[in-house]
Amino acid sequence: MSETLLSVRDLKVHFPIRGGLLGRPVGWVKAVDGVDLDIGVGESIALVGESGCGKSTLGAAILGMQRPTSGTISFEGKPIVHGEPAALRAFSRDVQIVFQDPVAALNPKLTIGESIAEPLAIHGMGSAKERRERVAELLGLVGLHPQHAERRPNAFSGGQRQRIVIARALALNPKLLILDEPVSALDVSIRSQILNLLLDLQKRFRLSYLFISHDLSVVRHFADRVAVMYLGHLVETGRTSEVFANPVHPYTEALLSAVPLPDPIAQRSRKRIVLKGDLPSPANPPKGCAFVTRCPLAEPICRETAPPLVALDGGRRAACHVRAAA
Amino acid sequence: MTDPVLTVEDLKITIGGKPVVDGVSFQVAQGEILSVVGESGCGKSMTAFSIMGLLPKAARFAAGRVMLGDVDLRALPESGRRKLRGDEIAMIFQEPVASLNPLMKIGRQIEENLAIHRHIDPGEAKRAAIAMLEEVGIPEPELRYGQYPFELSGGMCQRAMIAMALICRPKLLIADEPTTALDVTIQAQILELMKRLREETGTAILLITHDMGVVADMADRVAVMYAGRVIEEAPVGNIFAGQEHPYTRLLLSTIPRLDGAPKTILPTIEGTVPDIGQWPVGCRFNPRCPLSDSHCVESQPPLTPRADSGNAACWHSDRVGAIL
Repeated sequence: MSETLLSVRDLKVHFPIRGGLLGRPVGWVKAVDGVDLDIGVGESIALVGESGCGKSTLGAAILGMQRPTSGTISFEGKPIVHGEPAALRAFSRDVQIVFQDPVAALNPKLTIGESIAEPLAIHGMGSAKERRERVAELLGLVGLHPQHAERRPNAFSGGQRQRIVIARALALNPKLLILDEPVSALDVSIRSQILNLLLDLQKRFRLSYLFISHDLSVVRHFADRVAVMYLGHLVETGRTSEVFANPVHPYTEALLSAVPLPDPIAQRSRKRIVLKGDLPSPANPPKGCAFVTRCPLAEPICRETAPPLVALDGGRRAACHVRAAA
Repeated sequence: MTDPVLTVEDLKITIGGKPVVDGVSFQVAQGEILSVVGESGCGKSMTAFSIMGLLPKAARFAAGRVMLGDVDLRALPESGRRKLRGDEIAMIFQEPVASLNPLMKIGRQIEENLAIHRHIDPGEAKRAAIAMLEEVGIPEPELRYGQYPFELSGGMCQRAMIAMALICRPKLLIADEPTTALDVTIQAQILELMKRLREETGTAILLITHDMGVVADMADRVAVMYAGRVIEEAPVGNIFAGQEHPYTRLLLSTIPRLDGAPKTILPTIEGTVPDIGQWPVGCRFNPRCPLSDSHCVESQPPLTPRADSGNAACWHSDRVGAIL
């Protein structure tokens, strides 16, 4: 792996459940519960898992939108939780996010030029003229015309609006983009255009991507490494091609087998592992391994102690008593 | 093919005088799963709503026939259609949480159908509802029977909605993006359930989706819609093996394959889906089509038989295989 850009250590984000007359915490939702993750320069890492597994909370914590309960996040070696104000300001330029729904992400009353220039204005960068030039340059980068800057979002299709959101995210020359389901809300025929654009931008600017997605065929195509989350924990990480070819954790295996392949012959000949039941509530996780209630391989030890994330061959890590014994 | 359960003939639906569905025809046989594929605005959901007789107020059924077996649904009075809905035709929607009554217990919502269509006594209805909850794979059915929708997860609400839809053993089930809002692990459970029920009850299923993986997994036949028309239809194996409409071919090629080379540039379809009422003259795909020529701009191609099985609507269907 290239040099590390972002490093997350033992990150926990717990939300209180308040109850009673005085609103004291009566329990905790452990949305992220002890996550270690590194992202290299120019690397794409995909975060996958079911809704409620904590992947968006982890993204929000990295972005600084959510204060962690404990743990550290460092960026280019500098701590950014409780860090120096100057380092935090620099960090807020270096990390940007692209949300799922481009319609909700753009202010309908601003021209798209104003929207794209807004981060520049907030950080006091450039004169009005320089900002206009930068907007024109950014629109060109994402495949739109500079003349479009005067229009408002309703003049654009969903795919074009996502291009505008990407242009805005690039305005401050960030190093890391958090892509939270960037193509899920788009029409199928438009998705590949946006994926191609993101791959092209990554190559040109050596961007790092944290790609949050539940579409595993897109993840397989897009990401260098994949991190599988379950109930606030990472259960497996590794190179995308290797994890897809040979999943270690039974949850990864079930998740991959649940995705129908767009090929009727291949899809109908393979065996699907259908998990029983739903994700347990993160407010009341099972004792031992978080996956124990749905795991086809569960043994007595799994009900007692949580398995650690163990390093395996080829940079793979997995947390399973049965398949990845320390 | 056995006698079709559903026949749709030359269906036309307009909103404010503008066509949204423009001459759609298809049939679904007993025990068959027909998948209708298309992007937003192609008219697939409007087609489904018109079969149920549940078109939004602004939409008008302009022409065509919808036959359930040999009953012409359009010729029935509203009371007659109401008798069929929930009994012989049932529908499941994309958003289970939004489609259930939040103030009514799950069990009551399932029984409602039986009470309306079967006039059975309450004790028997309750037993049937609990059995149905169990059949769709909801654990602790007696407990869930007495709970409200907010007490169930999204996947469980979707299963409860399927239980509601199937309690009267419909001849036709219309499933409009039934798993789009669900996680893949729950999607797998719901798809397995639909397959099992089809096998056990012979229900015909009209499955509306945009997910080619779901199509490959579930469908017997596929109809691809674009801008209000069916532009290609064929048995599922044939449509994945070879396409005779450029839209179908490009749509399939833009999806990253699990066995493809990662991080490569994917094929794209130029332009965007045209808005309703702004459909191009001639072939509606012509502005985005790599094969488009003057003929395509002038006149709309009819559905003609494909080389193997099914139909496609393209003037240059013999050259589609050479795209990409």
